[in-house]
Amino acid sequence: MKEVIHTPVQHVEEEEYNINMGPQHPSTHGVLRLLVTLQGEIVAKLQPHCGYIHRGIEKMCEKDTYPQLIHLTDRMDYLSAHINNHAICLLVEDALQIEVPERVKYIRTIIDELTRIQSHQLWWSSFGMDLGGLTCFFYGLRDREKILDIFEESCGSRLLHSYYTPGGLMWDIHPNFQKSVKDFIKYFRKKIKDYERILSGNVIFRERSRGIGVLTKEDAISYGITGPSGRASGFSCDVRKHYPYAMYDKVQFKEVLHTEGDTLQRYLARMEEMYESMKIIEQLIDNIPEGDHQVKMKAVLKLPAGEYYQRVESARGHLGVYCISDGNKTPYRMKFRSPSFVNLSVLDHISRNTKIADLVAIGASLDLVIPDIDR
Amino acid sequence: MKFDIYDFTSFNQWVDKLLYDALPPVWALIVEMTIIGLAFLLFYALVGLFLVYAERKVCAFMQNRLGPNRVGPFGIFQTIADFIKLLMKELITIKNSDKFLFNLAPFIVIIASFMAIAAIPFAKGLHAIDFDIGILYVIAVSSLGVVGVLLAGWSSNNKYSLIGAMRSGAQIISYELSVGMSLLTIIVLAGTMQFSAIVEGQADGWFIFKGHIPAFIAFVIFLIASTAETNRGPFDLAEAESELTAGFHTEYSGIKFAFFFLAEYMNMFIVASIAATVFLGGWMPFHVGGWAGLNHVMDYIPPFVWYFGKTMFVIWLMMWFKWTFPRLRIDQLLNLEWKYLLPINLFNILLMAFVVLMGWHF
Repeated sequence: MKEVIHTPVQHVEEEEYNINMGPQHPSTHGVLRLLVTLQGEIVAKLQPHCGYIHRGIEKMCEKDTYPQLIHLTDRMDYLSAHINNHAICLLVEDALQIEVPERVKYIRTIIDELTRIQSHQLWWSSFGMDLGGLTCFFYGLRDREKILDIFEESCGSRLLHSYYTPGGLMWDIHPNFQKSVKDFIKYFRKKIKDYERILSGNVIFRERSRGIGVLTKEDAISYGITGPSGRASGFSCDVRKHYPYAMYDKVQFKEVLHTEGDTLQRYLARMEEMYESMKIIEQLIDNIPEGDHQVKMKAVLKLPAGEYYQRVESARGHLGVYCISDGNKTPYRMKFRSPSFVNLSVLDHISRNTKIADLVAIGASLDLVIPDIDR
Repeated sequence: MKFDIYDFTSFNQWVDKLLYDALPPVWALIVEMTIIGLAFLLFYALVGLFLVYAERKVCAFMQNRLGPNRVGPFGIFQTIADFIKLLMKELITIKNSDKFLFNLAPFIVIIASFMAIAAIPFAKGLHAIDFDIGILYVIAVSSLGVVGVLLAGWSSNNKYSLIGAMRSGAQIISYELSVGMSLLTIIVLAGTMQFSAIVEGQADGWFIFKGHIPAFIAFVIFLIASTAETNRGPFDLAEAESELTAGFHTEYSGIKFAFFFLAEYMNMFIVASIAATVFLGGWMPFHVGGWAGLNHVMDYIPPFVWYFGKTMFVIWLMMWFKWTFPRLRIDQLLNLEWKYLLPINLFNILLMAFVVLMGWHF
């Protein structure tokens, strides 16, 4: 029997009308469909409809062995692919009680922070573009290219790296790695000043983003908004601080916390995170210890039967991986708690009674990645 | 016949005399009108194509890109290729749209900008109509365009288009006030609305220098308001690409879209021309009263070069705004006009009147 999916007919008040933002719309950054009920230009109600890019990654995980999972998780949040991989690697390593070498921890932390910077760079670019400042897009992508070059050097690929493996890394880092990372930090410290000048300091931008889409701390906690979006509301939710993994308990960095929780604070929180990430990289890059890049692993990995949970801080927030194993070489059930999906849930709440132009700004400030929502 | 690139008056009179000698007066007039109409049509298309190319190059320069560089040397034929593509594209008719108004709208927009161009002096004697109410005429005619934009948004039967058109209506009608008032400030100084007289009045110094502070304020306000009136730069709410996909012209394709596109660039050219003519001396070379040597050197540069140079400078300023600033929100846009620009403008006219009365201008 064919199942027909009905979109429920919405009750529309007098002088209200519905428009579909998406699945094809320039500011949803992908195939997200927002059914927006408008009163003139004011957003009265908003219903996100997701699933346009659902690939069933969680179900596919049940058919794949643990090393194969890496390649699937790349494709969830493609802007923090390394961090997704890291979650799976940590889960498997914890379950099998494997201690990875210091060198691997160092490299993973550096690459995670580089991933965070490039993700925030792309977010900054598209945020500027959503507000009509098209030049931002090219500035951001120009600098992101440098990080992708570093990735390409060591991982052999630019977007879907699959660089981490359970027990270490696919390959050792390129001999140039340290030099190119240091060059990049030097370069980006100069270029981020341009970012501040062209957008953060712009009076139109500040007026556009201040005071709209206010998310209180209580709401952030009850909706489970994590990452820079949650921290802009004062919700201390940095997994790197609270449940440190890799080298995060050894390095000095500040958890960026703001209190206002409006679009401007979410913007500033991400900008400050880029500085913090650079600080972390600078602490580690000079003292990467010598050693193996991979622990000798068994040919077939079988997790002991039981339930496992691993959380990491992706560029968008708390990424949780929940795995039930029945002792086989494939997981019995996988569940990802993806930050974008959870952050999307608050969009309706904070964008009511704002204008349609604000909705675009709020949506951009939550930094949603659509394949991460649908998985 | 004497053809002089510094003064087209004698050339025009020669053509005029030739036609009237050869033909009966009615036919001579019709032929003259046809010639001028065709010349403007050609000019319109060429300037439109050039401005599209210039915008892409300027924008590329601002964004660390190269811009068009494949079709012809430096990509100069890119816009021509684009134009041919637009000509050959299918004109999609939409179900449930108001067909008559939908087809009419692009013509209203393009006719409005085409009419405005007639009153602009390009060089000495190179001037289609020299109204004694020239500025009033240009303001009146260029505000017709909003009718076309509103019709386009309404007849498309698309909610995005309608939002864009309504925004554009509110925006253009508001900013029309500021454009008019800032020009009024200069009319107070010049004492005439005739373009040729305004240009002649700047023979010993452009109005932006002559009228010092109030004229400068008026120039800045005119730049802001005219950018808003042409739906450009940080004020492009009517088409707000990231919010409304393409605003009022979402549903248009092919040559009808090209009409909107061309009209946008021509409107920019027209407001830049007015800014150049009224504030920066039009085709008048840069003169400083009493400095005969400098004035003599400046006179060697032909007037149309001065005119196009100034116009391009103003256009470049407008492009610079567009590629630097993020977009405003509709309530901020209207606040800016009604709470800031309009009161400043009213005060500025008073100030200018005072300056003129006391004879404090140069």
